[in-house]
Amino acid sequence: MKLITAVVKPHRLDEIKEALQAFGVQGLTVTEASGYGRQRGHTEVYRGAEYTVDLVPKIRIEVLAEDDDAEQLIDVVVKAARTGKIGDGKVWSVPVDTAVRVRTGERGPDAL
Amino acid sequence: MPPGITLAADAPELSAANTGFMLICSALVMLMTPGLAFFYGGMVRVKSTLNMLMMSFISLGIVTILWVLYGFSLAFGTDSGSLIGWSSDYVGLSGIGITQLWDGYTIPVYVFAVFQLMFAIITPALISGALADRVKFTAWALFITLWATVVYFPVAHWVWGAGGWLFEMGVIDFAGGTAVHINAGAAALGVILVIGKRVGFKKDPMRPHSLPLVMLGAGLLWFGWFGFNAGSWLGNDDGVGAVMFVNTQVATAAAMLAWLAYEKIRHGSFTTLGAASGAVAGLVAITPSGGSCSPLGAIGIGAVAGLLCAMAVGLKYRFGYDDSLDVVGVHLVGGVVGSLLVGFFATGGVQSDAKGLFYGGGFDQLGKQAVGVFAVLAYSLIVSAILAFVLDKTIGMRVSEDDEISGIDQVEHAETAYDFSGAGGGAGSRKTASAPAETVAAAPQNKKVDA
Repeated sequence: MKLITAVVKPHRLDEIKEALQAFGVQGLTVTEASGYGRQRGHTEVYRGAEYTVDLVPKIRIEVLAEDDDAEQLIDVVVKAARTGKIGDGKVWSVPVDTAVRVRTGERGPDAL
Repeated sequence: MPPGITLAADAPELSAANTGFMLICSALVMLMTPGLAFFYGGMVRVKSTLNMLMMSFISLGIVTILWVLYGFSLAFGTDSGSLIGWSSDYVGLSGIGITQLWDGYTIPVYVFAVFQLMFAIITPALISGALADRVKFTAWALFITLWATVVYFPVAHWVWGAGGWLFEMGVIDFAGGTAVHINAGAAALGVILVIGKRVGFKKDPMRPHSLPLVMLGAGLLWFGWFGFNAGSWLGNDDGVGAVMFVNTQVATAAAMLAWLAYEKIRHGSFTTLGAASGAVAGLVAITPSGGSCSPLGAIGIGAVAGLLCAMAVGLKYRFGYDDSLDVVGVHLVGGVVGSLLVGFFATGGVQSDAKGLFYGGGFDQLGKQAVGVFAVLAYSLIVSAILAFVLDKTIGMRVSEDDEISGIDQVEHAETAYDFSGAGGGAGSRKTASAPAETVAAAPQNKKVDA
C-alpha cells in the first residue's frame, strides 16, 4: 500500500474530492495546513506597517491506495489540483506497512 | 460644552423633548464603550482579545461607581480655585431633586449627570489601546480608578465646569477634544513611556486578528458619536445640536476618504483598517470643533485630521514607543488637530460668536485653543506617567514575559476568545452504545468540563 499526500491550494479541494470519488476512492483525510514553496508568502499592510506573511494557507489531503493504483491516483490528484499558477502545491507518496479498519479489524488492502 | 442657553423669559422649565433626547444620547454614548472594545479587540492578536475587550468593559463598572460616589461632584460641583469642583449634594447623587434642573438648561441634573458619566467611562477606556497584551488586569483596574480621580474629573471641570479655568478663558471644546481625546491620548503616551514595549515589538508580526470586529467597532463608535456630539449641546432649542450632528457625519466621511487616499498613494491599497481608523480620526477631530464650523469647514477639518493621523501612526516605529493600537496617533493627534482647527474654522455664527483665522477673527481664538491643548496634554501626560510609575514600583504594571508571550487572556482571565479545536469536543465523555461498561466506570469523575 501507499500513502499519497497532497498539499494543495484550498480552493481546489472540491475538484480533487470529486475526481477521487470518480476514480473510486472510498475515503480521505483533509487537514488545514500552512507553508510555503517557491512562491514564498505575500505582504500585508496594516496602518502602514508591512508584514511579510511567509506561511500561506494550504490543504493537506491524505489517501491510502493499493500499490497498483498509486501512480494513477497521483495523476488524478495532480490534474484536479493544477491551476498552472505558482503555488499549486506538491503531491507525494510513501510506502505503508499496514492499515487496519477500526470497526471490523480487517487488515491490509481489505481495510481500504 | 456651551454656556447656558439664555431664554428670553424666566428661568428654564423642564423640557420633556430635551430630556428624552438627552436620555437617548446618553445611551448612545454608553454604546461607544463596547464599540471601542470591539474596535480595539479586533486589532490585537488572538491571544489577547478578551483582555482588550475587558479593559474597556471594566471602565463601565468602575467609573460608574466612582461617578456616583464623588466623580460628578469633583467634575461639576461648585468651583473652587477654577481647578476642581465639590458639592455635597452631588456626593452619592443623594441631594438632587428629581425635577431639579441643571443650571441654565431644560434637563434634570440626573440627566446631565448620566450623560457626563458616559464620557467619564469612555475616556479611560480609550487609553487601553496603547497598553495591549501586557498589563495586569488588577493594575489596570487600579490605574483607571486613580486616573479618573486625579486626571479626568479635574480636567472635565477645567474644560466644562462652570468656573473651570479653561471654560472661563473661552476655550472651545464642544464635546471633548481636549477633555476626552487629548486627555486619553496623552495619558496613553505617559503610561507606555513608563511600562515599555510589548515583547517582540518591531520584530514579531502583530497583525490584527479580526478586521470585521474592527469595522463593527468603528461602526458602533460612529453611531454612538452622534449622541456624544449632538447631545453635548444638552438640548435642541436653537439648532446648534443639529449643526453638530451634520458636521459629525461630514467630517467623518472626509477623514475616512483622506486616510484611504493617503494609504493608496503611500502603500498601494485601500485597507479596511484604514477606513475604520480614518473614520475614528474624523470623529475625534470634529468633537471639539463641530459646533463652531460650517459643513464645508467640517470637510476641511476631517480631511486634515485623516491625513495627519494616517501619517502619525507610523511615528511609533521611528521613535520606538509601542503605542500598540495607535491611541496617540489617532486620539492625541486627532484631538490636537480638531482643537487647534477651531482657531481657523470657527465661523462665529453657530455655538458662539468667536471667529477663527479664516473668518477674520485673527489669532485670538487660536491662542486660547493652544492653551487648552497644551494644558490638558501636559497635565495628563505627566500625571499619568507618575501614576503608572508608582503602580509599576508597587504592584507591578506588567504581566511576566512568559505570560505575555503565551497570551494574557489565559493568565489574567482564565479564558480564550475562540475555540478552534475540532478535536476533543466532548467525544471523550460521550457514552456510545458499544462502549464496554467497565471503561465508562473507570473514567475519572472529574468535575471540570474536559473541552
